[in-house]
Amino acid sequence: MRTTKQQELPEAVPSLEAKPSRRRHILDLDDFTRDEIEFVFETADAMKEVLEREIKKVPTLRGKTLVTLFYEPSTRTRVSFEQAAKNLSADVINLSASGSSVEKGESLIDTARTLQALGADIIVMRHYHAGAPYLIAQHVAVSVINGGDGCHAHPTQGLLDLYTIREHLGTIDGAKVVIIGDILHSRVARSNIWGLTRMGAEVILCAPPTLVPVGLGAPAFPVVTVEPSLDRALKGADVIMPLRLQKERQKGGLLPTLREYIQFYQLDSRRLSLAKPDALVLHPGPMNEGIEITPEVAHGAQSVIEEQVTKGVAVRMALLYLLVGGAE
Amino acid sequence: MPLLVVGGRILDPSQGIDMMGDLLIADGIISQLGEKVAIPHERHLVLRAGGMMVTPGFIDLHCHLREPGFEEKETIATGTRAAARGGFTTLCCMANTNPPIDHRAAVEFVQQKAAAEGVVRVLPIGCITKGREGEEMVEMGELAQAGVVALSDDGSPVMDSRLMRYALEYSRLFDLFLIEHCEDLSLSQGGVMNEGWVSTRLGLKGIPPAAEEIMVARDIALAEMTGARLHIAHVSTAGSADLIRRAKDKGIPVTAEVTPHHLTMTEERVMGYGGEDKKAVKPSSLALSCYDTNAKVNPPLRSEQDVQALIDALSEGVIDVIATDHAPHEDVAKMCEYDLAAFGISGLETALGSLMTLVHEGKIDLMALISKLTVEPAKILHKNELGTLKLGSSGDVTIFDPEAEWVVDPSAFASKGRNTPLGGCLLKGKVMATICRGEVAYKDDALKLETIRREARI
Repeated sequence: MRTTKQQELPEAVPSLEAKPSRRRHILDLDDFTRDEIEFVFETADAMKEVLEREIKKVPTLRGKTLVTLFYEPSTRTRVSFEQAAKNLSADVINLSASGSSVEKGESLIDTARTLQALGADIIVMRHYHAGAPYLIAQHVAVSVINGGDGCHAHPTQGLLDLYTIREHLGTIDGAKVVIIGDILHSRVARSNIWGLTRMGAEVILCAPPTLVPVGLGAPAFPVVTVEPSLDRALKGADVIMPLRLQKERQKGGLLPTLREYIQFYQLDSRRLSLAKPDALVLHPGPMNEGIEITPEVAHGAQSVIEEQVTKGVAVRMALLYLLVGGAE
Repeated sequence: MPLLVVGGRILDPSQGIDMMGDLLIADGIISQLGEKVAIPHERHLVLRAGGMMVTPGFIDLHCHLREPGFEEKETIATGTRAAARGGFTTLCCMANTNPPIDHRAAVEFVQQKAAAEGVVRVLPIGCITKGREGEEMVEMGELAQAGVVALSDDGSPVMDSRLMRYALEYSRLFDLFLIEHCEDLSLSQGGVMNEGWVSTRLGLKGIPPAAEEIMVARDIALAEMTGARLHIAHVSTAGSADLIRRAKDKGIPVTAEVTPHHLTMTEERVMGYGGEDKKAVKPSSLALSCYDTNAKVNPPLRSEQDVQALIDALSEGVIDVIATDHAPHEDVAKMCEYDLAAFGISGLETALGSLMTLVHEGKIDLMALISKLTVEPAKILHKNELGTLKLGSSGDVTIFDPEAEWVVDPSAFASKGRNTPLGGCLLKGKVMATICRGEVAYKDDALKLETIRREARI
């Protein structure tokens, strides 16, 4: 009897009838309403209960096949999705660009069509070119989840960041969030800008001018503040999110040296003390400890970086649940 | 057989003619023009052009016919048919073929193919440097003798300033001008669209306007220094237009062209909106079709302010001509990730329709528009028998209906390149017939071509 009960979804999971949309794809956070984000939060809250059970499995996606199609290396996103899907009883196929016909020059559209023909219901895709998930979503009848596309978007990372912030602060509304570093190349920053502002946060971007994208003031964007001085940006911050600084940026001429970047933009204990006393430190990973963040801060009392990874599974379970019944 | 065009509105900017009348083309040349012309005695053809514009055949200073080497994208046969459908009777085709047009045999190949399979006039352009590699000058004299009308490494700029200086100087030996594709490659590197809020929104790497303007400024300085004729290809930014304006004010021998797409579309096209829908509400979220590879072109579609500045520069004569930069591609070159898609728009068949939008919106005068497609490019080419309806000039005539509406259907193109962001768009202004050297190169099905004797006329 006990086993049977454990196989059911927790009662706290909102019913599918309560879904705020008939969503088919998750491509970016720009089209998520506040209600939809709240629905994901509530579902994730309930999914956490499943993760605490002895048998971490419910039958919601039994008989469904999820394919992870990764053209770029990834540890946490791919494994997190695999875990989330398995917890929901989906079958999971992992495909990476090496070891498939992608290496023989098969086009992206053909690859997606092949996966569809093989019975995929959901494709989670990471690609180094912006827009690649949109391309396949146009050509297949499968649900597509963007697991990160070029410098464009990483919606599931954005949602788990939001979820982590909400868990600690109680609400995102009114929170002051500082995102530091390579905004120009960061899909995480872009998705967070959409999600955070939609939930009522104030977003401050802090970076040297060479790492800030152009046109942020255009009417099509949410309102954000750009503050090049880290000390000033951190004053009164509730949440601080340093981004990974890829070492290639120095070669690309965007920065003189990593040494100088560290001097002006590294999040260390002194700078952390400029924010609110209990300010949260998030990082989308993978970290370059000693560059954008010191090990003391990364593993300090205010860091919720490891927690982000754990929360990621519950949030992705919630997102997969959100897609149930979304495709015809 | 002589061809009589009856009852149209004849517009010829080269002579300042705007009148209702008839036009007779015989023996491949314009033989009569007037309110009523003397009807030939022998059998002749009649085209009734009531309600239509009758203009000199359009000249395109800049297109890519892809042959030899890229026949999957276009051939001289298909490209010239696309030209005829677009009202063009003369095409200057670029040299970035394989092999490139950098030696006599390649020029002759294009000429022979055009004579055998083309339906409009093809004037080849040769390379500036051997193999378009930007290292050594071509044998300009040999190319001039073979019949090229200009030299260009289009597709790439001549990055080496010293080489560009010598090429400009040396070109003065012949009646040739240099067409420069202005792009500072170190600044545009990796870019796939205009640098601006749309590139940020889409996470794509941008090409800043300065990448073009730096080279426009450099080449103007070199033209001033050498006194050689310089023509700036596909001007796309307000800054370039300003530089050209100042150069012309100083009397520097520079001319410039702009494409129909840079005059009518903005960077927002890449996201699937903009263009004639620009007043539509902008959605905060992106459509599935938002990375529109058919709007990927080099130089990229720019901002609203740039488009306005280009229209102004064209009206003022700062920009001399409109050229299509027709750049056809096979479908697979565009059916892929935006970053990987080929640059280019198939433009010959939509040129007039999109340009007429500017006329209908009152942004440019019809006579001015026609001059940019006819007499102005003829002047740059030093060919006074083209782009005009003067008696004795080449029998090249375009007939179009300025009010006819049609929906762009790329699958019906004569061009092999269906790569246009205008698919499904409604255009107002349609080419009804194109006559090249007195022969009907294209005729719309709605227009009747009658063969009659003198007595039968009206």
